[in-house]
Amino acid sequence: MAPDPGQRERRRERLDRGLKVRTEGIYALSSWKEISYLLAPRLILILGLILLPLFMPNLYWQRVICITGIFGLLALAFDFLANYVGLISLGSALFIGIGGYIAGILNSTLGLPIVVTIPVATFGGAFLSTVLLSPCFPLRGIYFAIVTLMYPLAASRIIEALDIFGGTEGMPGLDTMPNIWSALYSIIPVLLFSLFALRRLVTEDIGLVFRGIKDNDQAVRASGISIARYKACGTFIAAAIGCFAGAYLVHLYGWAGISLFALDFSIMPIAASVIGGMGTLVGPVLGAFILIPLTELLREFGSLRIVLYSLLLVGFIVFKPEGLMTYAQRKYHQFEHWVEV
Amino acid sequence: MGVLIYGIINSIVFALIAIGFALVYGISRQPNFAHGALYILAGFLTWTFLVKLGINYAASIILSLIIIAGVGAAIYRFLLIRIKGMEASEIIASFAIGLAIMEGLRFFGFRGKTYILPAFVEGTVTVANVPVDFQRLIIAGIGVVLISALWLFTHYTKLGLALRAIAQDERAALMLGIDSDFTSLIAMALGSALAGLAAIALLPLGNITVETGYDILINAIAVCIIGGLGSWGGAVLASFILGFAQILTVYFLGAQWQMVVALLAIIIILITRPSGLLARQKELEERV
Repeated sequence: MAPDPGQRERRRERLDRGLKVRTEGIYALSSWKEISYLLAPRLILILGLILLPLFMPNLYWQRVICITGIFGLLALAFDFLANYVGLISLGSALFIGIGGYIAGILNSTLGLPIVVTIPVATFGGAFLSTVLLSPCFPLRGIYFAIVTLMYPLAASRIIEALDIFGGTEGMPGLDTMPNIWSALYSIIPVLLFSLFALRRLVTEDIGLVFRGIKDNDQAVRASGISIARYKACGTFIAAAIGCFAGAYLVHLYGWAGISLFALDFSIMPIAASVIGGMGTLVGPVLGAFILIPLTELLREFGSLRIVLYSLLLVGFIVFKPEGLMTYAQRKYHQFEHWVEV
Repeated sequence: MGVLIYGIINSIVFALIAIGFALVYGISRQPNFAHGALYILAGFLTWTFLVKLGINYAASIILSLIIIAGVGAAIYRFLLIRIKGMEASEIIASFAIGLAIMEGLRFFGFRGKTYILPAFVEGTVTVANVPVDFQRLIIAGIGVVLISALWLFTHYTKLGLALRAIAQDERAALMLGIDSDFTSLIAMALGSALAGLAAIALLPLGNITVETGYDILINAIAVCIIGGLGSWGGAVLASFILGFAQILTVYFLGAQWQMVVALLAIIIILITRPSGLLARQKELEERV
């Protein structure tokens, strides 16, 4: 649009708050104001997540929190892979499926208890996922996205066609968590730990290499660093998070089956990341905590809820691609005012 | 002999399914992951016009093709145009649009097994001792005509050349006076109409169900990936490879392996030769 000559052009100017600048260095410890500026958002998140189950009215909503935690972990893994390693994986369901099936098989055939199956599924599943995905590491962008979208679809069809691991029936009657509180307080600490561990990881040296691979892989290669090794490393971390979520899901329901590879597990984390804010790590978790309870509320509308969240996803990705968390961080760290140009 | 004839027909079915996707993605480089949804939508629109409103078959086909082209154009004009060039966003957004369309159709009652389009011409004919129904022959005819028509369109008309120009070098095309937004809009509308046409030709072979949309999308992606983007010869070759591979697996292994073929083909081709069997464009860019 051509500027109207009579009207002054205005532009929004953003400046960092003084408080933010002060808290970047050692002066963060100078007074309670600075300390609380840094600690308040973190404490609100940690305490909020820990106390959240206590405010849930009934068992149903407590289970919803468990499911939300699973999607939170998946969204976190997706965000880490997509925005810090540069591998856009549209197949988070693969991690859920592999983790879930390993835990299910160990539990049903060998009769191992939950405390063994979940760690074995987490790390064994992460290893298996990394091996399966390793031929795709030379690919990037859209090609990696398509290939990962196909993996869980192919896996479920192969299990169906071979009729292994219980085929279409799945494996019922697996061990479940002793009670809802142990289920709740096993996923929330893991979620918080993964979140803060990843936040720390991406600022370390290895995080710098990861981002280098995302932004300019040839430059990383020219520095004598093996891209495939670091991609495998990033995938292993994301897959471990996803496989834990899968193994946990299996023991939450006491059932493992083909629906572990369902498209929901691939789409929902992406929707949560887009809504929460890509590349912030904490945003996708919050996105999951908005989106999953919302879809539970809309459960009686049947497939209309899928329509609603697809439209929400399209709306955010087209009109507000920065997401909620980036917006909130900007408001928290900066003040803005209009200046005439 | 049955394998040969049904293999050829199945290959042409693949080509028909993929041709709209190939036009939009392969030629003007926009991944339209709503392809399967548009296909299903066209089927249900035609059914609605034909059975619910009692319009005659030819008129309802034309009407639904126009509407589908309009829907495709609208998706591009109002949504995808804003995220053009950001491939991940394009995939996610168009896939979500497709999901919304398909689940919306399911919500508004289009489920179950009652939705059947009648064949254009009833009856069967025996070709070399193999009974083939007329619908399949018509599909083969439509497929061959359509592929040749589109090849001529993209190689010899101004608009068709503009579509390819945008895919190859958008800036150079802009300098030569090609309106890239308008051309992409046309590509989207045409691609959607082709998805609709494929639906109308193929759906009389079975029921219209929402779930078919996902398989259609996978098959279309498979053909384009295997053949290589932007290559008509590759797309046709890939259709034949997939068509025969599928018929042979059904023949020797059983029907449950049918979709595994397409999925594994995508994975294997992307890993070993990501630019496809015949494509020359973008050979270096997509691999590290």
